[in-house]
Amino acid sequence: MKNIKSKPLYKDVLSLNVVGYVIVIAFSIMCLYPFLLLVIGSFTAESEIYRAGYSLLPKQYSLDAYRVLLKNPAKILNAYGLTIFVTASGTALGIFFTAMTAFVLSRKDFKHADKFSFFFYFTTLFSGGLIPYYIVVSRYLHMKNTIWVLIIPGALQVFNILIMRNFCKSIPDALSESAKIDGATNFKIFTRIYLPLMGPSIATIGLFIALAYWNNWANAMLYIDRQELYPLQYLLYRMTSNAEFASSMASGAAGDMPDMPKETVKLAMTVLSIGPVVLFYPFIQRYFVKGITVGSVKG
Amino acid sequence: MKTEKKAVRRTGKKKISNADLYVMIFPAVVYFIIFAYLPMIGLIIAFKNYNYTDGILFSPWCGLDNFKFLFESGKAWMLTRNTIVYNIVFLITGISFEVVLAVFLSEIGGTKLKKLCQSVMILPNFISWVVIAVFAYSFLNFETGVVNRLLISMGHNPVQFYSEVGAWKYILVFVNLWKSAGYGSIIYLATITGMDTSIYEAAEIDGANAWKRIRYITLPLLTPTIITMSLLSVGRLLRGNFDMFYQLIGNNGILYDSTDIIDTYIFRALMTSPNIGMSSAVGFLQSVLCFLIIIAVNKAVKMYEADYALF
Repeated sequence: MKNIKSKPLYKDVLSLNVVGYVIVIAFSIMCLYPFLLLVIGSFTAESEIYRAGYSLLPKQYSLDAYRVLLKNPAKILNAYGLTIFVTASGTALGIFFTAMTAFVLSRKDFKHADKFSFFFYFTTLFSGGLIPYYIVVSRYLHMKNTIWVLIIPGALQVFNILIMRNFCKSIPDALSESAKIDGATNFKIFTRIYLPLMGPSIATIGLFIALAYWNNWANAMLYIDRQELYPLQYLLYRMTSNAEFASSMASGAAGDMPDMPKETVKLAMTVLSIGPVVLFYPFIQRYFVKGITVGSVKG
Repeated sequence: MKTEKKAVRRTGKKKISNADLYVMIFPAVVYFIIFAYLPMIGLIIAFKNYNYTDGILFSPWCGLDNFKFLFESGKAWMLTRNTIVYNIVFLITGISFEVVLAVFLSEIGGTKLKKLCQSVMILPNFISWVVIAVFAYSFLNFETGVVNRLLISMGHNPVQFYSEVGAWKYILVFVNLWKSAGYGSIIYLATITGMDTSIYEAAEIDGANAWKRIRYITLPLLTPTIITMSLLSVGRLLRGNFDMFYQLIGNNGILYDSTDIIDTYIFRALMTSPNIGMSSAVGFLQSVLCFLIIIAVNKAVKMYEADYALF
């Protein structure tokens, strides 16, 4: 293999770059295309979509879909408010208890740290599955049709706890030891020393928790019957899967709207529901990239 | 706050007790007892004739009746097969494509364009499956769907995708790749970035071209990560991607035979029928088999290569 080839080295690099760029750019366009189609479609006239299909350059623009949706905005605004509240409070609760549990598990002077870690880890190996879980939540905790069922289940995740525990372990013990000598309680050590230092891991894990709340629809489908407790994604699901529901939403009352632009209203509602995620995305995506590499998890 | 003060007072200044650590971990322990360990006990309803009034503990036992009905209905085999086969195909196609993306992302020049591409690729991972179902509908519906318009413009007949049983295996695999491959490639890209560049330089001096360097250096060095990621998925072989299947297939009965998985079956049973006997039997099998698979795989891995063991 040694130095036998005298062909110019850049040829293989060139071919690699060409193939690489074709694959990477093609996949990127494929990922972006549906989003563009969605947004532009929502501003297209309904008749145009039926005539020429979805297009990135429609001949006829229209705001009808948004006009219909926002004529009676009460339900959408309510779902927005609810989703924001659920996401914010759930994420805050989740981060606080995840971090606090992680802090305790990371302490070397905590006698039973290993046993507790296993207590949590075991639930990822074995679980009761959906049916017993559903029965516990609805029959024993009576959380059906309450806002709690949207907030509490899912707030704590074992993997988040273990990832944060590993992060806490990288904080030098000397800090907590010296604070202890000064008479600080463990809770103070956690809130005053650890929480501020855990910033990066909190940002990453907090974003994952927040997204899970924002995107959750299954909990609402299982446990919520009252329309005023519909979160955004579930409202979208009801609208897109049920034409009657969609037109009742647009007209406010139960009455049907015969000339409602059905296709574009769906698209407009979808745009409204992902709006915040896509708007914030450029600013937060580096945390996501960090998140997945933030540390391996073992029980 | 109360306990904090107590702990300080009791132990004085010399040695602070760690009793408050127990207080701090208590909420999480209670949380997991309620939301994880209680449902485990609830698995016994698979052997019961469950009714709401009597609850988990006091509903009458019915032996193996639920399992008998389940196996007689023929559902058990179909659901298990679909769940496992889809997961295996997702695993293989997912990892292959993620590795390809990571390798090319690491090799191509032009940092700005690369960064932009990477950001775009991971975007689908953060969108809910409800939205992706809307995307799928926009592409696949009979009248206005992008795919059908394309077929017509090329002189083919349009396809009724939502009643075309054969098409969905490919659609599901494609959508799964579309949503998760960009994000999944990050971990491999991070591994490649962490590799020792001197190996590549040495290979270059020895005359290995760029493609050979990928084949003989990058891929072998990626193998441990690939194995770890596969092992993590093996434990979930019997747990399907519920959100995806339910949002894309929904309650479209025509497609069930080739697309119904354990998780969607259980979910529908909960939503629609008062009798959850059969689905609780499926759920029981799912939980127990999942656990056994994880234990078995972990044991095997420990014997063969302890570094890869999960726990």
